[in-house]
Amino acid sequence: MKVTEKDVVYVADLANLELTPEERAGMVRDLNSILEYVDRLNALDTTNVEPMAQIPERFGVDESRQGSERFLYATRDDVVEGLRKSLSQEEALENAPDADGTFFRVPKVIER
Amino acid sequence: MIQPPLTIDAVRCAIQERKTTALALMEDHYERIEKIEKEDEAIGAFLTVCRERALEAADRIDRMAAEGKPLPPLAGVPVAIKDVMSTRGVRTTAASKSLEHYIPPFDCTAVARIEAAGAVVLGKTNCDEFAMGSSNENSAFRPVRNPRALDRVPGGSSGGSAAAVSADMAVAALGSDTGGSIRQPASFCGVVGLMPTYGRVSRYGLIAFASSLDHIGPITKTVKDAARVLGVIAGRDAMDSTSADLPVPNYVAELEKSARGLKLGVAKEYFGEGLDPEVRHAVESAIDKLKSLGCEVVPVSLPHTPYAIPTYYIIATAEASSNLARYDGVRYSYRARGVRSLSEMYRRSRDESFGAEVKRRIMLGTYALSAGYYDAYYLKAQKVRSLLARDFEDAFRKVDAIITPTSPTPAFRLGEKSNDPLAMYLADIYTVTADLAGIPGISIPCGETRDKLPIGLQILGRHFDEATILRVAHAYEQAA
Repeated sequence: MKVTEKDVVYVADLANLELTPEERAGMVRDLNSILEYVDRLNALDTTNVEPMAQIPERFGVDESRQGSERFLYATRDDVVEGLRKSLSQEEALENAPDADGTFFRVPKVIER
Repeated sequence: MIQPPLTIDAVRCAIQERKTTALALMEDHYERIEKIEKEDEAIGAFLTVCRERALEAADRIDRMAAEGKPLPPLAGVPVAIKDVMSTRGVRTTAASKSLEHYIPPFDCTAVARIEAAGAVVLGKTNCDEFAMGSSNENSAFRPVRNPRALDRVPGGSSGGSAAAVSADMAVAALGSDTGGSIRQPASFCGVVGLMPTYGRVSRYGLIAFASSLDHIGPITKTVKDAARVLGVIAGRDAMDSTSADLPVPNYVAELEKSARGLKLGVAKEYFGEGLDPEVRHAVESAIDKLKSLGCEVVPVSLPHTPYAIPTYYIIATAEASSNLARYDGVRYSYRARGVRSLSEMYRRSRDESFGAEVKRRIMLGTYALSAGYYDAYYLKAQKVRSLLARDFEDAFRKVDAIITPTSPTPAFRLGEKSNDPLAMYLADIYTVTADLAGIPGISIPCGETRDKLPIGLQILGRHFDEATILRVAHAYEQAA
């Protein structure tokens, strides 16, 4: 067993989930079963292999440049409403579970 | 009136020649949807229909036809959209309770493009919650039945889109593919599903699951229809910086080129343990057919294939755990009632609105990214991803396309795998590799089992070489 109930509680906390006791028990079982399967990756020697985070790293980048400069093709000028008009305040708040017409409203953050 | 099964060109020509109208076709399809979905064993393909929007689109085409103007490529074509693509003013749920009442203020680029090309969007199709699943049983609203066998799953996650096309409730559909979610349901439902190259089609307005793996693509009845839709949705979009600034070929014209002389790779890694004998037989017969059409079949090796599923489920869940952090109950997603603090609101809102598989993936992804495990899981998976991509680079130096089964089995029964996450993940064993490598893949029907269940043939190609896989698919489809 790699993942314990304590780990599940810790990870749920990181993920902003609560989980019921039944859900936690199921999660311990499922995560262990999946991670046991994932462990087969350790059979591969990846010592000198570069990690691949994105597909465009394999095409389209300007290899003559350094660092993030390689991805200049994907950038644009930083101008206000450069690509489209911003949403109006009304539109932006339309789907909010709770709003006062100007702001999203949430429960109190500071407890005293 | 023209009768189903309809193709895109047949629809456009019939409207242009005034043999029917876009409005009549739209009404026909809504009637059919209503009739099918009223039955005891309803298919459950649609979550929302958008009659007003469809009416407006149909009306525009009918006015053009009445004025004798040349019609755009998808004129009057009734289309279904997977409910992970944002539609302005039309509810978009991702089949999640979290977005049950969400009405986007903007359109997904792919949807805007097909509408600009004349398509009539009928509604939004059911899918696995946030596109996470291989059977459509993870929808928060209801599972989808396979129109070809009502006790079986349609595949997932684009199960509603594949079922809608298969049951003639739409002429074409858009789906999304992160680990096989266009191709596997297409194969289970006996239709064509195309996942384009990563970057070929803009994802602006697609509800994100795993950003380095998500693709939008067409589900259609014929290869030519898939080529038509791809031609419309492909190409650079300034709203998606991952969309590639490369010219879009005339995919339909490319279909006319002969497949003779093309080199097709066959990898033994896709014909191993777990492959259903009837699927194997159908795919081997298809390979023989392609040989008889003048293609040369070459053995290739993709040695890291057995590592694809674990690699995929670490990378996809890690990215998902980050992408789904936005569902916090503040701006547009579900909010729990009766909470006393902000942090309790976040937790309870997410707890109450996410389904079991979504929670499982968020947990797995968060675990894989957490301090102490990042190198062992996430970094390791990214390195193996490089090896998988390299496998394809090596193979494509020798061949023009690679032929595999789309799925190791035909459609399985509803409930058969829903209690075993790992068994469900293995349903994607032949499809996740293309997502990881960013290469295009298409699934086309290649026969049936004795029980009349459709079988899918998968054709994989080089980056941005959809033209070749479409050509091979078209040649096979015409000959079969």
